[in-house]
Amino acid sequence: MKKPLKIVTSNTLALTNFATAFALLLVGGFLGLVQGLNRAGVLEIVGGINYYEVLTLHGILLILAFTTLFMNGYLWSAVDYVLGGLTKGIRMLGWVAYGLFMFGSILVVIMVLAGEATVLYTFYAPMAASPWFYIGLVFVVLNIWLSGIGVFISAFRWKRRNKGAHLPLFAFFAVGVYVLITFSTMFVAAEVFYIIPWAFGWIDTINVMLTRTLFWAFGHTLVNVWYLVAVSAWYMVLPKVIGGKLFSDSLARAVVILIVVLNVPGGFHHQIVDPGFSEGLKFMHLFMSLAIAVPSLLTAFALFATLERTGRRRGGKGLLGWFWKLPWYDVRFLAIMLAMISFIFGGAGGIAQTNNQLNQVVHNTLWVVGHFHVTVGVAVVLTFFGLVYWLIPHLSGRVLTKKIHNLGIWQTMFWTVGMLFMTLSMSYVGLLGSPRRTEYTTYGGSETALAWDPYLLFVGAGGTLLMVGIVLIVYIVFHLMFLAPKGYTEFMVVEEQEEDAHKTPKWTENWGLWVIVAILIISMGYVVPLVDLIGNAPPGSPPIRTF
Amino acid sequence: MKMNKMEEIWMIIAVGLIIIAMGITGYQAFAMGMGPPSHQEHIDPQAIESHPEFSEPGVYELGDNQYEVIMTLQAFEFQPGEITVPEGAEVTFRMATKDVVHGVNVPHTNLNTMVVPGFIQEITQTFHEAGEYIMVCNEYCGVGHHMMSATITVEE
Repeated sequence: MKKPLKIVTSNTLALTNFATAFALLLVGGFLGLVQGLNRAGVLEIVGGINYYEVLTLHGILLILAFTTLFMNGYLWSAVDYVLGGLTKGIRMLGWVAYGLFMFGSILVVIMVLAGEATVLYTFYAPMAASPWFYIGLVFVVLNIWLSGIGVFISAFRWKRRNKGAHLPLFAFFAVGVYVLITFSTMFVAAEVFYIIPWAFGWIDTINVMLTRTLFWAFGHTLVNVWYLVAVSAWYMVLPKVIGGKLFSDSLARAVVILIVVLNVPGGFHHQIVDPGFSEGLKFMHLFMSLAIAVPSLLTAFALFATLERTGRRRGGKGLLGWFWKLPWYDVRFLAIMLAMISFIFGGAGGIAQTNNQLNQVVHNTLWVVGHFHVTVGVAVVLTFFGLVYWLIPHLSGRVLTKKIHNLGIWQTMFWTVGMLFMTLSMSYVGLLGSPRRTEYTTYGGSETALAWDPYLLFVGAGGTLLMVGIVLIVYIVFHLMFLAPKGYTEFMVVEEQEEDAHKTPKWTENWGLWVIVAILIISMGYVVPLVDLIGNAPPGSPPIRTF
Repeated sequence: MKMNKMEEIWMIIAVGLIIIAMGITGYQAFAMGMGPPSHQEHIDPQAIESHPEFSEPGVYELGDNQYEVIMTLQAFEFQPGEITVPEGAEVTFRMATKDVVHGVNVPHTNLNTMVVPGFIQEITQTFHEAGEYIMVCNEYCGVGHHMMSATITVEE
């Protein structure tokens, strides 16, 4: 008798998350194109919406909405698959979380479109949006917390059923991701609960620097969460796709733990040129920011070791022969590989720009926008794209056709070349001083500003290629959900580790300990500045609307 | 936890590079005085008009080619909006915002800082080369953000 095929049980929930995510990507991406063309000086934005509303929506839809929904769809599927199914109660929880997300994000989008919340994704006080904008954000955060609870309960139950066994590594990644995003969203929740009464006018003034500091404890951690989601695919999916093995289970767990415990204080580097903090504090935070690079450096080694060993098993000879033996024509590999390569540059740029004096050179210029379009826009998002080719058909009970596979290769190329154009020109023009978050301007024909124009043209050109990439990926996702031939697609997860890997130590399983360590490290970074900001508070600000 | 031998070597080199970067940054910040702007002085953003210092924004000569610029920021202008100093001038900007968060950048210099309500920020820049510089707001501050700029003329 044939064994029944193993599938993700909560597939409708996951597909709903993905469908929503890619619909939002289409809108958010289009808004990105509008900005790119505006910065290139070829498009004046007219018709009842302005550049900053476009920018606010682009940021929220892509860095918050698309990524959150993708994370939920992907990691819930992974947990479901490796832990042998989710219970009905947990699946219900997933639907409730999705409902809360939709409610909150619709509220947010309506407020922005109504011109009541042109405050960008960072919503820095004392610029004040309608209170309903912040209330919408609370519901988005609730989605994240409920999604985390679903994963924690499932993992806990599995552990109880399988006494003494290690939690499967994919589920371990999911636990790490949701622990980290819970930490980070606690800070933004605290900020938003402080802002809401102020935005309603129930309290007169707000401690601006306190809100800003709380925001960055959240804001940077958030993008590191998206990075950790991508890293989970690099460890768990990539070796399976190329027919290799996991380099080391214990190393992967150590990486997850390090990323989770070290991460939150890293956000302070967004405040290196802020007043109100001493140089000593900023230097300590340089240490805390750079510490986050350590798990990524471990990852770089482990992943290249996997690639090299697999390439050699496939017959690669000599120093670099293995490199060409990798399955470059397989889109599931190609997309993730290019994403990983981009992170070499994105990560190196990040290490450079967090050093205090170098940060002062690039702070709030287009350099930074170039940086996070490499890290989030390529390393994370191209990894996500690389997953849809098997994950969506697995969930929808269909198979990837050759034609769609080849379209995926084109999609990957458009994305990579578009991002190369856009991020290289952004990085360079940023060094020439062109500011981020600014509509096209020459500052009254200033020579300095006019010299930015040729580079900004490439931003527009890159944006155009990226838009083609978005249309392609949205079509591919749609096809894999509704049009592809019916059949079974395997869930890609690596099951073996290299023979020379060491046995995974027991202590990796102790999440209670890791949470305490994380709290200690967060305290090291934030107790001093937060106590100072509250105890020795500067005079506050009333709500101000300049949009 | 036991690690692969090659990986240990890789990590020693990688972490070593990071520590060197930190050493250089720390040396520049604390021994050479190149640290990022970190002034810690409060100001009431609602009472800047009546503040003894910030009620009169302008360029003040302090000594031998040393200047102080008392500057206020508000949507969407810098005051003073036109600054003229001689070549080689060492200019200390003392800045405060009357409304939202602003950013200040003078391209082709290292003058780049945030101005946050509630705080006075201070940053010093020596203008070694004559020419026309622009000062731009580099933090989104509202619908006219892209029009917020000032000029700095450095005369020979």
